[in-house]
Amino acid sequence: MLSDSEKNLRIIGTQIHYYFICKTKLWLFSHHIQMEQESDLVSLGKLLHEKSYKEEKEYTIDNLISIDFIKKQGCLELHEVKKSRTMKKSHEYQLLYYMYYLKQKKGIENIKGVINYPKIRKKVTINLDESKENELMDIIVDIGNILDMETPKPERMKICRKCAYFEFCWV
Amino acid sequence: MKKNYYLMSDGMLKRRENTVYFVNKDGKKPIPINKIYSIYAYGSLTFSSQAIHLLAKEGIPVHFFNYYGYYDGSFYPREKLLSGDLIINQAQHYLDHEKRIFIAKKFVEGAAKNMEKVLKYYSLENKIRSILPDLDGCNIITEVMNVEGRIRADYYQKMNEILPENFNFDKRVKRPPENMINALISFGNSMVYSTALSEIYNTQLNPTISYLHEPSERRFSLALDLSEIFKPILVDRLIFYLVNKRMLSEDDFEKDLNYCLLNDKGRKIFIKEYDERLKKTIKHRELNRKVSYKRLIRLESYKLIKHLLGSKEYKPFVMWW
Ligand code: SF4
Repeated sequence: MLSDSEKNLRIIGTQIHYYFICKTKLWLFSHHIQMEQESDLVSLGKLLHEKSYKEEKEYTIDNLISIDFIKKQGCLELHEVKKSRTMKKSHEYQLLYYMYYLKQKKGIENIKGVINYPKIRKKVTINLDESKENELMDIIVDIGNILDMETPKPERMKICRKCAYFEFCWV
Repeated sequence: MKKNYYLMSDGMLKRRENTVYFVNKDGKKPIPINKIYSIYAYGSLTFSSQAIHLLAKEGIPVHFFNYYGYYDGSFYPREKLLSGDLIINQAQHYLDHEKRIFIAKKFVEGAAKNMEKVLKYYSLENKIRSILPDLDGCNIITEVMNVEGRIRADYYQKMNEILPENFNFDKRVKRPPENMINALISFGNSMVYSTALSEIYNTQLNPTISYLHEPSERRFSLALDLSEIFKPILVDRLIFYLVNKRMLSEDDFEKDLNYCLLNDKGRKIFIKEYDERLKKTIKHRELNRKVSYKRLIRLESYKLIKHLLGSKEYKPFVMWW
């Protein structure tokens, strides 16, 4: 079972992700206006994910952080594998948040984050330094501000088409 | 895709692993749990406790109808989707008289405009357009209900012109319906109510807080509110279709001096066609996507949620074809 604070932390991870992709989604999700998972698209996505990652080891820490793989080379390396760089910032900050969590909760100081883009043979290394930590804190504050305001008006984007909120936003 | 299951005979629901079995005198019929959207029980239905546990866990509502085909009640599983913020807003829009009456009028407006569309399809002149503006002057719910009543009276009167003579009726009589059309309307309306309730269940709306109907009127009065908009589309048009195509005749009714009801065969025909309609799709104008008639009710719930959250003013669904 997850304790409440751990659940909260998991939610913050998702919120950071949504913060970068869509504020409407962030607001609705955070106010518990969540869509039921019945759309075929969603389940197909799940299935694909299960299939393609079955062979690899996926690490879950505190039932909260799931990292595609971990390396230990002097420091702890958290590796995420992503298909494309379309949500680059969101991935970066989500990973930063995980690192921040491990630092705060587990006292692990020496952490590196790596996002792998095998398709384009690229790697991005992320370090949690003070400025990044401050940025992360600012984002969390900003998320709080957004949630206190009225529902942000949806803005049509490419990702809307596949979003679970599509009908909700555009009807 | 999940489906509605309509159980027409007496029987029992049992569970083995993730399958529910409907057991009746003819045998045992399996229903995989992830295929069920809602269950409509027209015969007397008993459950094993494992079956009800599974339905509860999976969030599947069951609607019960009595021997006469009247709606009896629903098994409404514990809410899966809850939003404290929304419930507070929902209640606030009920308590604030102006806010409540705004929504109530919208429901009447939607229902009236859909009735008008139904009549227009048959090229019938009607007074709906001229009565509707009276809504503006209404300050209390009973006045709103009054306008609705006048619109309905005109509408039902016009219905006779669409129906063959033996199906004509004088006025709307609910319980017990005393002629064939009243029987069909009652039967159909209770189906729409149940359908709307299932849709509401799959959203964060609380089904007991309503605006046009009093929350005390029925347990799930919000489903009554939403049904108003869809009754002309889903029930009335279906009745004209079934009667005029002679898919239903006097043989499909059970008559007595005091009442008239659909018999078993009649119910089966009605339910089959009703379900076909729910599944039928149209291209949605705003979404530019195909949606089923059933989904339209869900979309209506979403629109209501957005209104309650203050993100977009509610406009009732009106057929555009
Ligand atoms: S549909 Fe588009 S605007 Fe709405 S939540 Fe999804 S991404 Fe955001």
